[in-house]
Amino acid sequence: MLSSTADHLYWMARSMERAENTARMLDVTYRMSLFKQVLIEPHHEWRAMLSISGLHEGFEERYDTLNAENVLHFMALDKENPGSIYNSIFIARENARAVRGSITSEMWEILNSTWLEMRRIHDEGIPIDGVSRFFEWVKERSHLSRGIAHGTMLRDNTFRFIRLGSFLERADNTARILDVKYHILLPSLRDVGGAADYYQWSAVLRSVSAFESYRKVYRDQITPKRVGELLILRPDMARSLITCVNEVHRLLLEINGPHSTELIDRCSQFHARLHTETIDGIFEYGLHEYLSEFLEQIYDLGNLINTTYFWSTDE
Amino acid sequence: MKTAYDEMYAADGSVRESYKSYANWFQSIPDEVITRKREAADIAFHRAGITFAVYGEASSQERLIPFDIIPRIIPSQEWQRMTDGLRQRVKALNAFLHDIYHKQEILKAGVIPAEQILGNNQFRREMVGVDVPENIYAHIAGVDLVRADTGNNCGEYYVLEDNLRTPSGVSYMLENRKMMMRLFPELFSRQKIAPVEHYPDLLLNNLRSVAPYGVTDPNVVILTPGQYNSAYFEHAFLAQQMGVELVDGNDLFVQNENVFMRTTEGPRRVDVIYRRIDDDYLDPQVFRSDSMLGVPGLFSAYRAGTVTLTNAVGTGIADDKAIYVHVPEMIRFYCGEEPILSNVPTWELSKPEDLKYTLAHLPELVVKEVHGSGGYGMLVGPTASTDEIRLFREKIIANPNGYIAQPTLALSTCPTYVESGVAPRHIDLRPYVLSGREITMVPGGLTRVALKEGSLVVNSSQGGGTKDTWVLEGEN
Repeated sequence: MLSSTADHLYWMARSMERAENTARMLDVTYRMSLFKQVLIEPHHEWRAMLSISGLHEGFEERYDTLNAENVLHFMALDKENPGSIYNSIFIARENARAVRGSITSEMWEILNSTWLEMRRIHDEGIPIDGVSRFFEWVKERSHLSRGIAHGTMLRDNTFRFIRLGSFLERADNTARILDVKYHILLPSLRDVGGAADYYQWSAVLRSVSAFESYRKVYRDQITPKRVGELLILRPDMARSLITCVNEVHRLLLEINGPHSTELIDRCSQFHARLHTETIDGIFEYGLHEYLSEFLEQIYDLGNLINTTYFWSTDE
Repeated sequence: MKTAYDEMYAADGSVRESYKSYANWFQSIPDEVITRKREAADIAFHRAGITFAVYGEASSQERLIPFDIIPRIIPSQEWQRMTDGLRQRVKALNAFLHDIYHKQEILKAGVIPAEQILGNNQFRREMVGVDVPENIYAHIAGVDLVRADTGNNCGEYYVLEDNLRTPSGVSYMLENRKMMMRLFPELFSRQKIAPVEHYPDLLLNNLRSVAPYGVTDPNVVILTPGQYNSAYFEHAFLAQQMGVELVDGNDLFVQNENVFMRTTEGPRRVDVIYRRIDDDYLDPQVFRSDSMLGVPGLFSAYRAGTVTLTNAVGTGIADDKAIYVHVPEMIRFYCGEEPILSNVPTWELSKPEDLKYTLAHLPELVVKEVHGSGGYGMLVGPTASTDEIRLFREKIIANPNGYIAQPTLALSTCPTYVESGVAPRHIDLRPYVLSGREITMVPGGLTRVALKEGSLVVNSSQGGGTKDTWVLEGEN
């Protein structure tokens, strides 16, 4: 496959996945913001959301006040924010457009019509009571595009590069969502185990569609360790870190190619290490520290994919 | 201007034989059904992103080409004659290209003045002596035909332009047919309409047939200037339909006079490049050095014969409007036959007497830039304002060699949906002629329609639309 095609497919999938995960992250923040009593300063959760997405500075350059409405606008609709849902959908569509000859017409049409609809939503704005519906819409469109990829595409490297983009982005995002809790919880340690704590962890679970699964798997009350275990180490969880890394590892072995030895070695080590982790070990080490290192590994892997398959020399 | 020939109605108002079946059906369909179908077509085209970009338009970078649901219908015997004429013409044009880049016999024979060729900036000196597979240069030709009433109500076809560089529009021909079959499947069972859907197969066969000597399983690619080019949709569409890679300049590189593409498995050799970028931008080492679109070293590989470019470099000399007037002589010279299709009478403004006549008759004439295309830089006398004519006159006087003039033909009309209902609008036709080891074409082409009342400019960049084109099979 053409390197540039693989590059576009990968970023098409990553951007759509990112749009979905940004919606999920905003959703969890929005849910948490409904429990204001546990928070030390107002809008703390929105600040936390910006800092874990690395978009704090970008926000401050553009907005005077930090409040729900501004952050929602910045993250959902702002054209100037490269990480906004608006731009993620735009980037997904532009990448699809560049390779529309390599994807099925259904695949192209879903991304194109999503973009056309996104543009309309942007022009009309999102009323504050329509926020949740908007997040649902983004998730739905992402589910649709993934479903169409599954239902229509040939199982060749085209499909694999799309999956590779999805899972790498998802790994990154699940780690960040899990970390939201760390950023938000910090000032209110006294509340650990209280009602607010329960709601916050359940919001985290819901944002990655894992609430029902948690109940099914543990049939018990929600504890941080179990949430951590579920979202990091359970291989049967669709969005857990280990599932994402398993998929990335499998896809890289399948794509293979004559110049991929270093990449595959690196990924295999990463994969093997994750399989020896225990949740007690992770909590002892520090969840936040663990997740930060995990994010770095994902970042490095992304760079190595760039140089191995896309002939990209920068970074 | 004379009354135009109408494709559907004869002068006495009766429906022509070729349209009878369609007209019967059309009358039986309620207006609201048609309205609904037209809306459905619009939505489907938008959703599929079948768009084109208009240069110089800041507002929206992608636009739909208006699609009209009333087809243009061509009777089979008319098509047969057109096919014969097109084959003959493209054969002669390819022979001409081979000749002027080799022995230049047509110049030696004095059929065409040598300075018109050698002094023309479309003549690529770099191509002199370069051999190309099968001696074919214009592998894909999009010949623009118009039909004009010549007085006897039979509407003769004229060749308006031979597009031999990177003619576009074939994707609309295919998409229009797909849309018609989707909207009105019943029409296709009423009449035998010749299929066009196999065009991508013919194109791929054609491209493979001109691979460098000795290459048995050629790797064919389409080279696009990129996704912001006005015809990008078509480039991607054709690549997908043929199952070949769509590449831009950055995907290719040249090593030891061989062309490779960058793939996830490492470099892979490229044998045939269907390029949709102009000569000027192909290779910054040979042509425009500021080109970001091309591939450094591509021309050296081409000269070495390791890769085929379609169309060949230097075809622009044969579709230059100053050379156009000589095509009938080319046909006589290379084929020893009388031209089947006529040229539009043309005044060459490089000739003093032609210039004099043209300047005296500007309000009646169409004046075109010799190197222009896409409907840009032309004057349509009868619809131009006095100011526009005055400005154009100055441009002509400043550079007479840069222009040709033609009578304003009453292009044939076809009933078309416009805001006020159905009304006759002027149309043209672009069939696509494929030349390789043999000449092939699908029955039909792209019919373009000028949507503005009285307008003769059908180019999509100038607000033109398109229609499905039906060639009827068998007796009718």
